[in-house]
Amino acid sequence: MTAPPISGRAADRPPPPYPSRSRVVRDALGVGVAVGLSGFAFGVTSAGAGLTVLQSCLLSLLVFTGASQFALVSALGTGGNPFAAAAGAFFLGARNAFYGLRLSQLLRLPAALRPLAAQWVIDETSAVALAQPDRASARLGFTVTGASLYALWNLTTLVGALGASALGDPAAWGLDAAGPAVFLALLAPMLKGRTERAVAGLAVLLALGGLSLLPAGVPVLAAALAAPLVLAAGRRNRGDGAAPAGPAAQEARQ
Amino acid sequence: MSAAVNTWTAIAVTAAGCYAVKLLGLSVPAGLLEKPLVKRLAALVPIALLAALTALQTFGTDQLRLTVDARAAGLAAAWIAVLLRAPFLVVIAAAVLVTAAVRALSGM
Repeated sequence: MTAPPISGRAADRPPPPYPSRSRVVRDALGVGVAVGLSGFAFGVTSAGAGLTVLQSCLLSLLVFTGASQFALVSALGTGGNPFAAAAGAFFLGARNAFYGLRLSQLLRLPAALRPLAAQWVIDETSAVALAQPDRASARLGFTVTGASLYALWNLTTLVGALGASALGDPAAWGLDAAGPAVFLALLAPMLKGRTERAVAGLAVLLALGGLSLLPAGVPVLAAALAAPLVLAAGRRNRGDGAAPAGPAAQEARQ
Repeated sequence: MSAAVNTWTAIAVTAAGCYAVKLLGLSVPAGLLEKPLVKRLAALVPIALLAALTALQTFGTDQLRLTVDARAAGLAAAWIAVLLRAPFLVVIAAAVLVTAAVRALSGM
């Protein structure tokens, strides 16, 4: 991940190969608390979309993957078909399967623990666990991030959902901009290379183009086609020497 | 179906589906999903969905029409916050505050 140390800088001691437990816990809590607090934005958005406090809290308890939750409530808020709404949320959550694949090799959890641990397999726990150099640190990082994030995300969802009804019309407070801002904040770190930006740009065109042509909830699904379309176009152009080798090579190293 | 039944249906289907994919990843033998094309698509599909959701919720309305209102100003503020590497919550707060301010001043 980081560049190899430049020779001749002997004063820079290499980091210890095994991080102390307290450092792993500190890093994990940092991520868990920061992201856990944004459950408040979800609670407010969910209530603003017309879901009850109970429905909002159940989503955070049972779904527990932020982008899917935001996508679901916004689709329901515009009166979309429930299955189209759920499909959009499901496709957003499908990336967690790939985190699980890498985590299962890293953590080597006992079979009895897997159904419990599965609920915590999300962006943040995976990022913390996969950054650790050994199995013990990875298990600790995964557990502390998962526990702190799960507890806070659910607590702040409840506070947000309760608070929203006291606020009245969410639009008067600008809270209808919270949902898209969350998506933007989640999206930005993923736009690493040309392929990623091309996918995002094409997806925006497909979604906005489909808005007035397709039933509610369907434009988002149509926009997902941007991913295979851009990949196919990239494959056709591979002979040009301008192939998007950067991101692919990065992934191969991970 | 009534709106309430719709909502509960969507919640149940989403909860079951999202939990199932998490458990699937932890349970299947490595190699089954580790094909390069599958991994590449799995990384790109969320990008497409998030970009589409950002655009639709910024420029879409309940009547399924395109519109430019105070939300666009809010998202511009969020974009600036992202470029300045602001923390997650600051990005959201920037969007909310600017949207509320523009709406209060302009009535959009």
